[in-house]
Amino acid sequence: MITHQYDVLIVGAGGAGLRAALEIPEGFSCAVLSKVFPTRSHTGAAQGGIGAALGNEEEDSWEWHMFDTVKGSDYLGDQEAIEIMTKDASRAIIELEHMGMPFSRTPEGKIAQRRFGGHTRPEDPADPDSKHIAVKRSCYSADRTGHVMLHTLYENCIKQKVHFFSEFYVTELIMSGNACAGIVAMDIATSEVHVFHAKAVMLATGGYGRVFRITSNAHAGTGDGFSLVYNSGLPLQDMEFVQFHPTGLWKLGILISEAARGEGGILLNNKGERFMERYAPTVKDLAPRDMVSRAIITEIREGRGFKGSDGTYYVHLDVSHLSKEVINDKLPEITGFARTYLGVEPTKEPIPIQPTAHYAMGGIPTTPNAEVTKDKKNTKVPGLYAAGEAACVSVHGANRLGTNSLLDLIVFGRRGGKAIAEFIKEADFAPLPADAAERTLSRIDKIMNSKGTEKVGALRTELQDKMMDKVGVFRNENDLKEMTSEIKSLYERYQNVAIDDKGKIFNTDLIEAIELGSLLDTAEPIIYGALVRQESRGAHSREDFPNRDDKNWLKHTLVFKKDGTPKIDYKPVSITRFQPKERKY
Amino acid sequence: MKVTLRIQKYNPEKDSEPYYQEFVLEAGDEKERILDLLHQAKWKHDGTLTFRRSCAHGVCGSDGIRINGRNRLACSTLLRDVNYKKPIVIEPLPSLPIVKDLIVDMSDFYKKYEAVKPYLVNNSPPPEHERLQSNEDAEKLFESAKCILCGCCTTSCPSSWSDENYIGPAALLKAYRFVFDTRDDAADERLDVIDTPDGAWRCHTIFNCVEACPKEINITWHISQLKKQLAQREM
Repeated sequence: MITHQYDVLIVGAGGAGLRAALEIPEGFSCAVLSKVFPTRSHTGAAQGGIGAALGNEEEDSWEWHMFDTVKGSDYLGDQEAIEIMTKDASRAIIELEHMGMPFSRTPEGKIAQRRFGGHTRPEDPADPDSKHIAVKRSCYSADRTGHVMLHTLYENCIKQKVHFFSEFYVTELIMSGNACAGIVAMDIATSEVHVFHAKAVMLATGGYGRVFRITSNAHAGTGDGFSLVYNSGLPLQDMEFVQFHPTGLWKLGILISEAARGEGGILLNNKGERFMERYAPTVKDLAPRDMVSRAIITEIREGRGFKGSDGTYYVHLDVSHLSKEVINDKLPEITGFARTYLGVEPTKEPIPIQPTAHYAMGGIPTTPNAEVTKDKKNTKVPGLYAAGEAACVSVHGANRLGTNSLLDLIVFGRRGGKAIAEFIKEADFAPLPADAAERTLSRIDKIMNSKGTEKVGALRTELQDKMMDKVGVFRNENDLKEMTSEIKSLYERYQNVAIDDKGKIFNTDLIEAIELGSLLDTAEPIIYGALVRQESRGAHSREDFPNRDDKNWLKHTLVFKKDGTPKIDYKPVSITRFQPKERKY
Repeated sequence: MKVTLRIQKYNPEKDSEPYYQEFVLEAGDEKERILDLLHQAKWKHDGTLTFRRSCAHGVCGSDGIRINGRNRLACSTLLRDVNYKKPIVIEPLPSLPIVKDLIVDMSDFYKKYEAVKPYLVNNSPPPEHERLQSNEDAEKLFESAKCILCGCCTTSCPSSWSDENYIGPAALLKAYRFVFDTRDDAADERLDVIDTPDGAWRCHTIFNCVEACPKEINITWHISQLKKQLAQREM
């Protein structure tokens, strides 16, 4: 076992982690740990853009962006945090440009912007109550915005000589009294366990898409950060809000960006109807993701979907009426995916799509300075920070708008980095418990020596199938209750998992076994959050409670693990400028 | 249908040298990814089979491997892209040290990437707004900015095989990305780095990199623009 000491440890090298690392001043030691090489992080898969009211293409204002985000969140987003994010957005984008990010440009040479789901402006700018129409707010670089943003941030980290531990897998948070004192991690290349003693730890570990069978997320998206927190007795917030992106490639779940619809693509059912006209008469195909996903599943359930060769269903996304220039210059990547993976030529024929598990609105509760909190009073956990998809600030509430995730990463990654930079000036290292690595060592030992009969792959597939079928776009009490016993039995069977690889070098068999634990630890609070919330709000849609219920449910859910069982608590929502209204588009 | 993957395996803890193991696998149709089949082999047959992967759709660059002698991404290569009537030969990317099975040590590749100063250098104080750049100038960078650092190009290059100090196509492409950025002030420093026998001049326009690139980047063209720039600078 090797012990290190750093002032700051950042876990995860996607947008939030890298942006935070750039804030740690010279004279303090900082390391970024990532289970993959940094540019492999999932931020790189984001396509369509990053939201900011730059107003480069048409009149826009951060207040409209704030209103859209609040409304998009179905009023569950904390308005104090949303105001911070939308006000800071233009500065944050310009900063990325100054760092070297290559953007598509307007004829004047400014950053180009396009329309995106749920982003609107009043038709008459002088009258905020006039009808809202789609606005060009998404700053983009063709359809590779996340990729160039991730690379730009990594490049700036190289410039600033940030220290990376690539292919290190974090297994545990080290808590010392009430404070975080570091982490335990495994060097994947050698299986050696390292203890990292730190003044401050930031979890920027991304999402959990792999809890579900159909997902746009990378294989690495196994919810490790949620598991670290949940197993430390700390709460997770609003985990029931899982975003299903409406347009995943059929069967594969690979993301086809909203940019396809922002550029004029439309959704069609098996009758050739542009069905979104019925669900969202004003913005139609550019309605927020939760509504479009529900509309697609409803069309399919009512017999208006297409049945695929394997018995599963899809609808069509049609971009064939767009000009070749738009398709080739603005949507090259995603049309390439359709060609490569489904053999569909998008300039000539529609693309088969289905909703795909995409994004965690919920996560590790934090203040707007990325400080992790542990209860309904927002009591801080000294030394522990979280940012990006892993965190729940909450700026996305019950449903995130497209383009707000990349924005969240750079705004709150930076704010967290700044908060840490202040914290480490005063703080001392919390004492390191003598047995810091014990739990990790015994866990690894148990898996390595297990003679059990359960296989990781099979158990994981079972979890993913059940989560997709019972905790997907639509939910109900019967299914969710069934899932509470399912998850219990999956946990029991997980104790009986055995692996083939008994070696020390690059043991991905072992890593996948530990990751399966993370998936279970993430699925459990999703199920319990979804079961207790007896209403439909944003991405959480209960067939048995089809309406939003502000009287009883305009509050955040907190799920803790106490003595092995999940416990629920609630936290108020910050409402400053916009009182809840019915959400119509 | 049944397909066979003939996979090169090597675990330095037990094996004195690499060997091949055949896996007979069940494929749904010819649209199955090679990555899906590698997963099937690992999850159903042999948990020790080791490879990198993450996004599974060609954007993260983790799963560069050699498929029937050609460097490709396992997740962007479908059965129909190869002759699956015969065993499909799967090997690690050539010329880098093998860590285990299909995993190679990329540290030399990353070191060369860092050597070209892969970040924007602009010495003037940042303006309040974005730095203006024409869309035409921006688009000149887009093809090079597509690079996912998978290593397929550099490890397919015969000049790289024969000269371990050659900086390689991926690093040169990254140099292009910044040398031709109208916002950058460090073109000369980068050109100094590559104006050596082991730099841009080691590229003998063999085009292997172009054939290997899963993002369809014309890397040789980009390197030729750098050579042109170097020649002009000389004059």
